[in-house]
Order: sequence, then C-alpha cells, then structure tokens
Amino acid sequence: MTAPVRPDSWNFPLLLHVLGAMVLVALLAIAAVVLSVAMRSDDRAAALRLAFRTLLIGAIPAYLVMRVGAEWLASKEKLEDADFAWVDIGYMVADIGLLVLIVMTVLAGLASRRARQGGTPSGLVKWANGLALLLIVAYGVALWAMATKPI
Amino acid sequence: MSRYDWLLFLHLIGAFALIGSVVTFSTLLVSGERVAGPQLVFLGRRLFEVGGLLTLIFGIWLALDDYSITDGWIIGALVLWFVGGGSGSRVGELYNTGEGGRARQPLIVMTLATLAVLILMIYKPGA
Repeated sequence: MTAPVRPDSWNFPLLLHVLGAMVLVALLAIAAVVLSVAMRSDDRAAALRLAFRTLLIGAIPAYLVMRVGAEWLASKEKLEDADFAWVDIGYMVADIGLLVLIVMTVLAGLASRRARQGGTPSGLVKWANGLALLLIVAYGVALWAMATKPI
Repeated sequence: MSRYDWLLFLHLIGAFALIGSVVTFSTLLVSGERVAGPQLVFLGRRLFEVGGLLTLIFGIWLALDDYSITDGWIIGALVLWFVGGGSGSRVGELYNTGEGGRARQPLIVMTLATLAVLILMIYKPGA
C-alpha cells in the first residue's frame, strides 16, 4: 500500500470541503446550461429566474460549505501560512471565485428582472454565462492542484 | 507527480461528474422540467455516464495499485456504486422518456448511495 493515510480528525472537514466543491461546480454547470438556452426559451423570464435562484440559493451556500471546510482542514493540517503552490492555487481560486460568483449572481438577477419587465438582457446573460464557464475551468485547475499537490 | 496523483485526479473528476448528475436530476425534480428540461436531462445523463465510468475505472486502478481490492470499504463502495448506478440509469431513463414525475424514488436511492460512497472514500474505515 502506497497511498497516504490521514488522521481521522481531518475526515469531516475534508468531507465538507469536497462535497461543497462538488455541489458548487454542479450548480455552476446547471446555471451555465440554463443561461445558454435562456435567450432562446419560450419563457425567458422563468429560465433566467431559475439560473438566478440556482446561483443564489444553491451555488453561494455550496461555496460557503466548501470554503468553511477548506479553512477548517487547513487549520487541522497547519497549512494556513504554508508556502505550497497547491495551497496558494486553492486560496486564489476560492477568493477570486467568490468575487466572480457574486458578480455572476448579480448579473443573473438583473437579467431576470429585466426579462420579467419584457426586456431582452442578452448582454447580461452572455457575461453571466461566460463567468460561469470561466469558474468551472478555474475549479478544474484547483481540483488538479488539490489532487496532485505540485510542490 | 506520481501515478497515484494522476489516478486520484481522474477518479475525482469522475466523482465530481457523478455528484453533478445527482445535483442536476435533483434540480430537475425541484424545478419541474419547465425550464431547459431537455438540456438539463442531457447534462444529467452525460455527467452520470462519464462520472460512473471514470470513478469505476480509476477507482479499481487505485485500489489495485495502492490499497487492497478486498478491503471492506472498497467492496462496500463497489456494491453501493452498482446500487447508485442502477438507480441512476433508471432516473435518466425516466427523464428521457418524459416520465420525470416518477423519478423521485430512484433519485433518493441514487443520492443516498452516491453520498455513502463519498463518505466511504473519505473515511476509509479499516484501511
């Protein structure tokens, strides 16, 4: 057996971190799909409302679970001040990712409101969709860093 | 980077996809397929197929390389994988044939089995 073994006390924070990240990425993918079909949908307002709610009620809480799990795990592993590339990548993606997630949620919310008033918020939708895809790629890089731990 | 790291990375991509399918089907159940139904069904089914395949292939590879395939937690995870796989296939089928209203029960089984596998993978009881 060559696989590393971690102390039992790290397991629950790791579970929170991993589960939060998995749900977050899934909800970003769902939001991206819904946003990409929203402008062609018969009920554009309903599609944009679903995308907005997916981000607000789903993705932001999932982010918080992921981030709390990460911080808890880092304190257990004494990694808060560690100088490892994989830890830095994780923090960078998480911190910038939160900002992007908030911007994306606001854009989706504005688009939803505009669609409800009869407008065509295609610019807002395109930006929100682009940010969702960007975040998915960024979390893919973070997953690679977490799994392979380069340096 | 060792082979273990790469196998773990690919196994984790599969796990993300598998949980992604559970979340997608759950969203469909909650939102009632009214909005972007066919696209979300497509997403859920592809994530389920890719996730199921990657977790199984790279999971077994990891088990043979770095653990023991006869460990209780690995056998338990394999049994749960098949339970989740069977119910997940049923959920995908039901949504694909427009009978998503009947997907609640198999989706609950799929969700519980997938979560139980995740817990086993992290806690590795007996490893």
